[in-house]
Amino acid sequence: MFDFSAFFAQYGNLFLQGTVDTLIMTCVATILAYVIGIPLGILLVVTSPNGLRPNRIVSTIVGWIVNIGRSVPFIILLVALIPFTRFIVGTSLGVPGAVVPLVVTAAPFAARMVEQSLEETDGGLVEAAQSFGASNWQIVWKVYLKETLPSLVRGAAITFVTLFGYSAMAGTVGAGGLGDIAIRYGYQRFQTDVMIFAVLLCVVLVIVFQAVGDVAARKIDKRRR
Amino acid sequence: MIELDHLEKVYLAREGSHRALHDVSLTIGEGEIFGIIGQSGAGKSTLVRCINLLERPTSGRILIDGVDVTNYQGRDLRRLREGIGMIFQNFSLFQQRTVLDNVMFPLTIRGEKKDHAKKRALELLDVVELADKAHRYPSELSGGQQQRVAIARALANNPRIMLCDEATSALDTRTTVSVLNLLAKINKELGVTLVVITHSLAVARHICDRVAVIDEGVIVEEGPTRQVLENPQSEAARELVSFDSLEVK
Repeated sequence: MFDFSAFFAQYGNLFLQGTVDTLIMTCVATILAYVIGIPLGILLVVTSPNGLRPNRIVSTIVGWIVNIGRSVPFIILLVALIPFTRFIVGTSLGVPGAVVPLVVTAAPFAARMVEQSLEETDGGLVEAAQSFGASNWQIVWKVYLKETLPSLVRGAAITFVTLFGYSAMAGTVGAGGLGDIAIRYGYQRFQTDVMIFAVLLCVVLVIVFQAVGDVAARKIDKRRR
Repeated sequence: MIELDHLEKVYLAREGSHRALHDVSLTIGEGEIFGIIGQSGAGKSTLVRCINLLERPTSGRILIDGVDVTNYQGRDLRRLREGIGMIFQNFSLFQQRTVLDNVMFPLTIRGEKKDHAKKRALELLDVVELADKAHRYPSELSGGQQQRVAIARALANNPRIMLCDEATSALDTRTTVSVLNLLAKINKELGVTLVVITHSLAVARHICDRVAVIDEGVIVEEGPTRQVLENPQSEAARELVSFDSLEVK
């Protein structure tokens, strides 16, 4: 029989610390990714050929930046960005060292999620707002963002879960977290029980956060009731 | 008064250009209910969108109360649009806003104080007899109720002109009549000029003082509603009338 109390006495603090590290990394990175991603997403929609202010040059440049940011594998970015990370947060190690590359990889992802959500806006609503004399700024804030809020929330939940997965790789720079525990104890030291528990914890956390996102999105959506 | 002077609208596409409006000249009087009728694709929507410049004509002029507004941009354009309400076939209500917020929208984007905008919006909801639905969302209302909210919203800025783009086409007959009666009441009591776009002769007959018939971007006939519908002169108008009698039987 597996001795749970002995297992938790030995590894309880490790898992607690790992969970906290993972959540801090993922939350901070998601928030910062949206701080950058929302303006980029808006820019993509507004400057697209059918946008409020079509601009092929801006649209192409932003599109390229986003595509390049999304195409570099995270594990490579993590290492390649070490000098940049040191410049921004003073260290390339630990949780702060992992947040910078997480944001760099997630911001373009968030930008595409935002773009996709805003594209769902009913063109008739934009036209209606224009017919009342709304400016482009007002249309972005009061029509695009307001009308697609449920979809934006769903996108944020997906971004969060994706970053949650990426953060497992952050162990490479000593950032800790649940993924790091699974690799160091389970894979490298053959402690299967630790690995399984770490993975289970990840599964539970992802399910919980996805559910919270879904419920929140449904709660704020006033379209069908 | 709305004057359209030799309007042309050409859409450029890769497969060649498409002429949506050709040599359209119309004068719509103050306080009139003016119908623009025609088959779908005839250019009705393009024409009405030229009046508030949601579409820019390729050439020609648009005069509102004698002022040439054709090239209005930026702030001038927004001021102009504030004076022209518009309602749509699919209502175009903001789905994530309450009925009250929808009606307040044109006021708040103009920088109106919130409590003042709210007071005005409630008055307007009273006019369209939906004050009790103020805190509901559009998805909770019937089509007719949604169009009434859209009418209240279009009236928020006290417009002198209201554009109705197939405003009753998504509604059943009974609801259509009640919405048309509401529009007629607004025209009579507030003196708002109505421009009514429709493919339905029944709608034109019900509320329009005068109508113009548009066919392939050209105004082929114009006159008092009864005269045009009872004694159509143009091929296109005769066709509309014959299709109409088909529908009834």
